Amino acid sequence: MTARFTDTPPSFLVEAKGLRKSFGALEVLKGIDLTVAPGEVVCIVGASGSGKSTFLRCINDLEKFDAGELTVDGEPVGCELRNGRLHELSPAAAAARRARIGMVFQHFNLFPHMTVLENIIEAPVQVLRRRKADSIALAMALLERVGMHERRDAYPSQLSGGQKQRVAIARALAMEPRLMLFDEPTSALDPELVGEVLAVMADLAESGMTMVIVTHQILYARDIAHKMIYMDGGRVIEQGTPAELIQNPGNERTKTFMANVMRTH
Amino acid sequence: MSASLTTTGGVAAFASDAGRAAAPRAVTRRARPVRRVAEALVLVAALWIAWTLVTNEFFHWDVVGRYLFDGLILSGLRLTLLLTVICMAVGCVFGLVLAVMQLSSSPVIRRAAGGYVWFFRATPVLVQLVFWFNLAAIFPDIAIGIPFGGPKFLSVDANVLVTPFFAAVAGLGLHEAAYMAEIIRGGLNSVDRGQSEAATSLGFGRLRMLWRIVLPQAMSSIIPTTGNQVISMLKYTSLASVVALQELLSSAQTIYSRTFEVIPLLLVAAIWYLVMTSILSLVQRRIERHYARGAAR
Repeated sequence: MTARFTDTPPSFLVEAKGLRKSFGALEVLKGIDLTVAPGEVVCIVGASGSGKSTFLRCINDLEKFDAGELTVDGEPVGCELRNGRLHELSPAAAAARRARIGMVFQHFNLFPHMTVLENIIEAPVQVLRRRKADSIALAMALLERVGMHERRDAYPSQLSGGQKQRVAIARALAMEPRLMLFDEPTSALDPELVGEVLAVMADLAESGMTMVIVTHQILYARDIAHKMIYMDGGRVIEQGTPAELIQNPGNERTKTFMANVMRTH
Repeated sequence: MSASLTTTGGVAAFASDAGRAAAPRAVTRRARPVRRVAEALVLVAALWIAWTLVTNEFFHWDVVGRYLFDGLILSGLRLTLLLTVICMAVGCVFGLVLAVMQLSSSPVIRRAAGGYVWFFRATPVLVQLVFWFNLAAIFPDIAIGIPFGGPKFLSVDANVLVTPFFAAVAGLGLHEAAYMAEIIRGGLNSVDRGQSEAATSLGFGRLRMLWRIVLPQAMSSIIPTTGNQVISMLKYTSLASVVALQELLSSAQTIYSRTFEVIPLLLVAAIWYLVMTSILSLVQRRIERHYARGAAR
């Protein structure tokens, strides 16, 4: 499978080899091999329970994995290499690593007790120890970019789902991440609000951000992804360009999945 | 019954231009006989209470008036307030520590906190109070040093250290900590898991996440219950009269043991407790409103 990608650049931002993960007796990741090059937009598709969200959470060290290798920016996730052995990171070092990876959640997870602006400057000020004035300037630029600058003083409860997700993207970008992870960013949205979030993500992809997106929006993935991954039952079944996977899937299961998804579109 | 009221005329009124307000519906209200009788009974009872308070001379309102601002009563009131504040502070700080311990991933730490809560909730606070007061009976001197018979760096006679005030603060505060631990733990658990995930993914450490993200949200469920605890504490401080602390109740007792005006002096104490709890209720409502910001409105 991976043989098709020997021509991609050798330095990867994310590299997984034989990644395995179980919840109790249930093995949700059964050996994932996957690479993400800098500037690449990778969409992971697949049925619910295929392990795609779990894999995404492993990249950000929100979930520990049991076996295999996973590196981000050449560093093993959650660990450091000392004298040829992996040592668990200190909580502070692990937090510092996570701060460099942006994550956008299905249910937004904005901080409800803070205004839009406060949500965005919270981590830069508290975690990166940036000056408040600088953080506000950056936040306003980001809010402008996602089209939410007029709602800077609103509380999350006063926003629509699409607006919340755009603020959540701005919040993640305020940490100036090298990598953005999206966990089903449009699944909790009313259909008419999906477009505004996808537009912001497309703009981000165009700016050269490295993105890993778990999504059900196949047609959208076709438009912005450089690489599409089809996962099923904890395995990567097939990967390639979106066109290859959608129009000319090599695997029977991919074919069935794509046919089903395209019918519902 | 009211079906006939929604005539086409009413519909037409609503459908018409917004500039013309619909006329209010003319509905004859249903007679509510049971409610009328109940209201009458309540009024009679209230009138009787008011009448007896005024006319029954055994209340001795003149005596109540004389002692309401008595120096001894006021100093007892001050001590009651001080004790409430200190015991609640001890309860909240220890309670927060215990709550966080109970959420730890280490079973040793979790069980230790659970054991504390179990013990201090399962024994009467009065017993604890008297126990602390008599601490010297088991530990004649209290020292800082290496345990299990090692050297001592600082040693104090327990009879000197354990004053009535110390016993009251230890007894009431540590008992309160067990309750506050449960209240705070419930509050922390009520915060959506997505919040701590978002904070973690933004690079927050556990302490800063607790302080900036989780605890402020937990407050909306912690504050109302804590307000009740403060009000209970205010009244529980009267138990400190058994360890010879001159708080509000024992000040009243001191006076009536001399003058035998028991009822009027209990009324003096009751009036001050009522005033203080009423003020606390107002403050509680203020704080609740502060922590409700950002909630769906």
